[in-house]
Amino acid sequence: MNTCLVVDDSRVIRKVARRILEDLGFEVAEASDGLEALAWCSAVMPQAILLDWHMPVMNGIEFLRRLRQEPGGDAPKVVFCSVENDLARIREALDSGADEYIMKPFDGDIVAAKFAYVGLAA
Amino acid sequence: MTPFDRDLAARLCADRAGLRIDPDKAYLLESRLAPVARREGFGSLGELMQVVRDRGEERLVWAVVEAMAVSESSFFRDPGVFDALAAETLPALVQARGDQPVRIWSAACGTGQEVFSLAMLLEEDPALGERSLEKAQAGLYSQFEVQRGLPARRLLRHFEKRDEMFALSPRVRQMVRWRRVNLTEDLGRMGGFDLILCRHVAGGLTEAARVSVLKSLAGLLDPGGVLVLGRSETLEGVRTALSALAGRPGLFAHPEAVRAAA
Repeated sequence: MNTCLVVDDSRVIRKVARRILEDLGFEVAEASDGLEALAWCSAVMPQAILLDWHMPVMNGIEFLRRLRQEPGGDAPKVVFCSVENDLARIREALDSGADEYIMKPFDGDIVAAKFAYVGLAA
Repeated sequence: MTPFDRDLAARLCADRAGLRIDPDKAYLLESRLAPVARREGFGSLGELMQVVRDRGEERLVWAVVEAMAVSESSFFRDPGVFDALAAETLPALVQARGDQPVRIWSAACGTGQEVFSLAMLLEEDPALGERSLEKAQAGLYSQFEVQRGLPARRLLRHFEKRDEMFALSPRVRQMVRWRRVNLTEDLGRMGGFDLILCRHVAGGLTEAARVSVLKSLAGLLDPGGVLVLGRSETLEGVRTALSALAGRPGLFAHPEAVRAAA
């Protein structure tokens, strides 16, 4: 079973994302900021990461740059999930190593499609 | 909405556009027609229907029929179809056409996502993109719409942000020309096409309208052209020389072209 780490400082978003991803067949873990997510990844590298941008302690971009430098850190498919909806910010996220980008608000269809684009179809 | 008004609306849809409004879809009449009543300044849907019934004003009749003809759409709906078009059909058509533009018609285009998906495919392949069509329309989509069917890289490549909307690039917009057409009327003046898409349209038509529309569309297809219906849709009951392309559900072509492709 594919694993997905949901990284978001909002408990509500994590809960919604968990339900959608579990429906898509993922085993889901949660982290509430980038630092916590890095610790999780150095213990067990997930197949996919759904990543918020703005979080306390360590934001999504910083987390992503550090993740990609970790051993095995280039493996997870990273799907950004943020309220940022300017094309320049989306480009910045992809240039920082993200594989896909979801603009909040989202629904199950959008999450399913974006994970399918990165080769993680249910 | 009274049963009488529902019958009237359903009958107008069938008579004018061959649209089939099943009795179990009656709720659609109310949800689609209520905004029409508001837009036209009526106090209720009942008032709108009364004026349609009493005066039969053409503009209002068509407002009712067109509201019922709108279908949901998304970019690159049914990706397998677009993969097949990009990999096989479009390159073959471009090659066969030589210097002439390839003519593509998205019949019953709804809000335009299907035809713009094709234009994006053509624009992304320089060998295909130089040819193609003309003119433009707004090409403005909401955040929600651009997340349905578009990978982020395609969004970045083909759209720009305009306030809270996303606008298709002029390069893609100018590949498309728009025309309002009633598919149940004489389509002869449309001229010939290399590729006609009419997906998930026939299912909403009365049987007579379905047969007549598909027969007209088949007749507008140039030799070597391809007709694309929904994956599970067929030409059953339609007198036409077109036959199904093996392994490509929903795709139909003239027998010579089918043999050439085999």
